[in-house]
Amino acid sequence: MDFFLESLKASWSLILSLDRELFRAVWTSVYVSVWSIVFAALLGIPAGLAVGLLEVPFKRTVITGLNSLMAVPTVLIGLLVYGFISRQGPLGGWGLLFSPSAVIVGDALLAAPIVANYTLSSIRGAHAAILPTAMTLGAGRLRSVLKLLSEIRFGMMAAVISGFGRVISEVGVAMMLGGNILGYTRTMTTAIALETSKGEFALGIALGIILMSVALLVNIVFQILQRR
Amino acid sequence: MRAAPTGKPSVRFGRRAAAWLLVFAAIAAPLLPGPPALAGERLRMSTTTSTENSGLLGALLPPFEKRYGCKVDVIAVGTGKALKLGEAGDVDLVFVHARKLEDKFVADGFGVDRRDVMYNDFVLIGPAADPAEVRKTGSAVEALRRIAATRSVFVSRGDESGTHHKERELWRAAGVVPKGKWYLETGQGMGEVIYMAAQLRAYALADRGTYLAYRKKTDLAILHEGDEELWNPYGVMAVNPAKHPHVKYGLAMKFIDFITREEGQAIIASYKVDGKPLFFTYAPKGR
Repeated sequence: MDFFLESLKASWSLILSLDRELFRAVWTSVYVSVWSIVFAALLGIPAGLAVGLLEVPFKRTVITGLNSLMAVPTVLIGLLVYGFISRQGPLGGWGLLFSPSAVIVGDALLAAPIVANYTLSSIRGAHAAILPTAMTLGAGRLRSVLKLLSEIRFGMMAAVISGFGRVISEVGVAMMLGGNILGYTRTMTTAIALETSKGEFALGIALGIILMSVALLVNIVFQILQRR
Repeated sequence: MRAAPTGKPSVRFGRRAAAWLLVFAAIAAPLLPGPPALAGERLRMSTTTSTENSGLLGALLPPFEKRYGCKVDVIAVGTGKALKLGEAGDVDLVFVHARKLEDKFVADGFGVDRRDVMYNDFVLIGPAADPAEVRKTGSAVEALRRIAATRSVFVSRGDESGTHHKERELWRAAGVVPKGKWYLETGQGMGEVIYMAAQLRAYALADRGTYLAYRKKTDLAILHEGDEELWNPYGVMAVNPAKHPHVKYGLAMKFIDFITREEGQAIIASYKVDGKPLFFTYAPKGR
């Protein structure tokens, strides 16, 4: 127990002293996660809307597929993207492997199905009632859809927040595609993994505290926005 | 956005405004300069976990980066993986320790300009109490036989690293096929393995540099050392630009020159943890 308390104490002094290495990792995490969630939203929200609103063929199968994609392990995504962007792979010429961009690509692919699924389920929750009601009230098709979108805006926001939670906390993609390079692709999670393996618990715990704080902050912001 | 209908609108509005501000800040964040300081070139080097875990690179890289205004990205993996990254052209140079694999890497045309950098040695480590009594044995090979015979827990790298290759070489020499519940193939780096061995009160083969760097955090002791076959030389080589035209051969060669000539060699020789040198350089031979 002493050991744990000692580490906890040391971790606070690291946070309070604004340790450079620590904040570099925090910044890399935030930077990579925000970018990847932007791309994930650009992919996932339209996909969710399309499946939810349009009469796509094999709708059930598509939905089942989307649901299963949420369970894809991070290391599998890491492996696939690695195969594509390694110099031997089809996109090797871009030289993306072991850069923050590589992690962004992997994380975006990781979060996109989550965003799509949450968008889809918020549509399915609102769809049945809203579209017919709006149309009976004389709204045109476009206006009805816009109305629907404004009704599910919190659902879409929840979709983005869940995706963000996933990418900022994952370690597989960041480790495999980023390479855990100090001051470049070392994120909070890969740093925690490394520090634990080195038996340096203080820095690991400090990063854990910050990671939790970021998650808390994001959720508080969301809570406030959701209030009417 | 509709205004809050009743209650304390001003307070609510303040919070909401703050919340929106944070959301916009988050959206704008990626537009700010990212973590990569884009100043100068980036040189990618794959290396063994021992050079990084021991802290040597922390002393060696900054002077080089400063002089050439570049940044060295270190990908610390086992020697096997480090060489694979070189074969694929995903790195510009490779700094590893497994002479046979290095020679094959060069012979197959993937690497060029291989040079010796430094050496240390492998040590057999384990709990100071030494339950398997390997201290009494006369060689590393005998010690391994003793560990296998007593089925004492042994933590193996299991990751095709230089240390793993050396370990298998020793098992072969001992005529033992390590298998069973006592033999743990972890697939982890050197530091992790030392740490696991300490936690599990197990035996392991480690390079002296990493062992010394971790000694404070573990209570493991060196139980056998000094055999000729425990010698552990490190080599550096550039990835062949003829195979992978995109590699930064020029900068890679500058790095190779740097660590094999006076300045780099002096840093390596003077790098110490708790007053003990971790790596040794070769006597100057008028390179």
